[in-house]
Amino acid sequence: MTSERGNRYRAIVVDDEDLARQVLRELLQAHPEVEIVAECANGFEAVKAVAELKPDLLFLDVQMPKLDGFEVLELTGSDLAVIFVTAYDQYALRAFEAHAVDYLLKPFGAERLRVALDRVPERLGDNRLGGRLPPPMELAAEARPPAQYLERIVVKDGTRVHLIPVRKLDYAEAQDDYVALCAEGKKHLKQQTISSLEKALDPARFLRVHRSYIVNLERVVKIEPYGKETHVVVLTSGAQLPVSRAGYARLREVLEG
Amino acid sequence: MHPILGNLRRLGLYLLGWVPLVALIVYLLKVVGGLGWVESAALGAPLSFLYALACLSSWYTCRTTTLNRAVALEPALAHLTAAAVVSGLWVLAARALAAGLAQFPAFAGLNGRAAKATGLIFGLGVLLYLLGVVMHYALLAVEASREAQEREAQAQVLAREAELRALKAQVNPHFIFNSLHSISALTGSDPAKAREMCILLGDFLRRTLGLGEKSMIALQEEIALIDCFLRVEKVRFGTRLTFEEQVNADVLGQPVPPLVLQPLVENAVAHGVSNLPEGGWIRLRAAKDQQSLSIVVENRFDPEALPSRRNGMGLENVRQRLEACYGNGAGLVVTTEGDCFRVSLTLPLEKRERGA
Repeated sequence: MTSERGNRYRAIVVDDEDLARQVLRELLQAHPEVEIVAECANGFEAVKAVAELKPDLLFLDVQMPKLDGFEVLELTGSDLAVIFVTAYDQYALRAFEAHAVDYLLKPFGAERLRVALDRVPERLGDNRLGGRLPPPMELAAEARPPAQYLERIVVKDGTRVHLIPVRKLDYAEAQDDYVALCAEGKKHLKQQTISSLEKALDPARFLRVHRSYIVNLERVVKIEPYGKETHVVVLTSGAQLPVSRAGYARLREVLEG
Repeated sequence: MHPILGNLRRLGLYLLGWVPLVALIVYLLKVVGGLGWVESAALGAPLSFLYALACLSSWYTCRTTTLNRAVALEPALAHLTAAAVVSGLWVLAARALAAGLAQFPAFAGLNGRAAKATGLIFGLGVLLYLLGVVMHYALLAVEASREAQEREAQAQVLAREAELRALKAQVNPHFIFNSLHSISALTGSDPAKAREMCILLGDFLRRTLGLGEKSMIALQEEIALIDCFLRVEKVRFGTRLTFEEQVNADVLGQPVPPLVLQPLVENAVAHGVSNLPEGGWIRLRAAKDQQSLSIVVENRFDPEALPSRRNGMGLENVRQRLEACYGNGAGLVVTTEGDCFRVSLTLPLEKRERGA
């Protein structure tokens, strides 16, 4: 813990169940170093509260209305200590174990909470040094049941949160550390690598046609030659995307089946 | 695959079985055919070996003609024709062999003597071939009965697995752990309510465990289970959860498979109410007409919510159970209308009602 903050953590409790928040409130009374600065009943509230209050610690329920715990983490970034709370979710638990992420299993008691809190200073220190939390997208992908792909993408635009169903996505374009997601004529920027997005999307519906582009196959109208060796795909929206040689081979394989 | 040729041990046994037959053939050639002992042996032994192999061919006819008393004439004709053909070929082989042996001085004149034994050889050939047919039918019958046993054992294993799966599916771990967590919360703030919830949860578990053993229960038993389940969930979700029930009194005694509605209501909570911060409703309706019992479970849901992690497992389970109980006699239809998710069940009406 950095000295200017002393040994106090400002915490936000996120759980859609009133009784579950009550348990944490009660058990945290024994830990005067933890101050609950906000309680949130859903993911949207949580994203907003984290942005405004910049807590040190987040108790994050995995299954919640609107945004689940992983999506909240995607939008808040990992510059804070996170303790996941869940009742039962075998895939999420496997992901937590694999990445040594702290979690509490409902029902939990004072002793288990103390163990998790003991690790918070270490977590905060590590995060400043580059973070011990795995990238949220990767954690979320591993916590999904096998063979289940992303159905929507969450994007934060200032304080607003957009949910983009992947069926509405035309294409994604890599822009340095970001991807630009093009859906319904709008572009949304999200801090993520295009490779990790590619992995999370259903390969039967989305194809990496170029180092910098993933295209929604449903939107492809035609493929045209462009120059000597390269091609472009033309989408229903009229947009044209470059296709690399490898991308062209993959595209032909998929489209000609 | 041929049952004997495909298996070395069986082939050995089969050829061993031919040893007394070889002796018999040699003996008959000597005594009935009028050949000398040496001639009989020299001619009979290789011919027997050849025929032992030729008889195996009847398996292919046996396999395609199943034994059935009503139409036994056709396979009988087929086997007799085959016997005549194979035996005829055998006679030709015997004549060729005799002609070959006659080249040697020791067997001079064998050609002619063997020609006289043609009738004997042909008759033996037909009989031996038909013996082979009988043996193959016996083998086929043994194999069929073993396959039937295996199938039965397999079916039992599958049934047991389904039972175990059903037992596991009955009680959703999420529900149990979340309920325990709610009880833990209440012990501090409202001990009386904590106790009430313990009792409700116990009641629910006891009912669930009892129901799995029965093949049919009265609709009202299932509804009592659902009430119990929802009272526990109501403690967890508070005012977020509302439940309405419109069940006609005349359907309460109708028999239904146990635990068919409970998973639907559980889904309604998991994918409806729990995804709605402002809460949602669940409605249960049951009524009957002349032929069928119709039950509808509907709930409010968030059309933009993520597809569930359990991904319709409950629904698929219910569909399979209905199919197992009623075949094509029952229907399950899922419809969505705005923010309303609806599962409609149609079950055949049973005249005989269960004790209410």
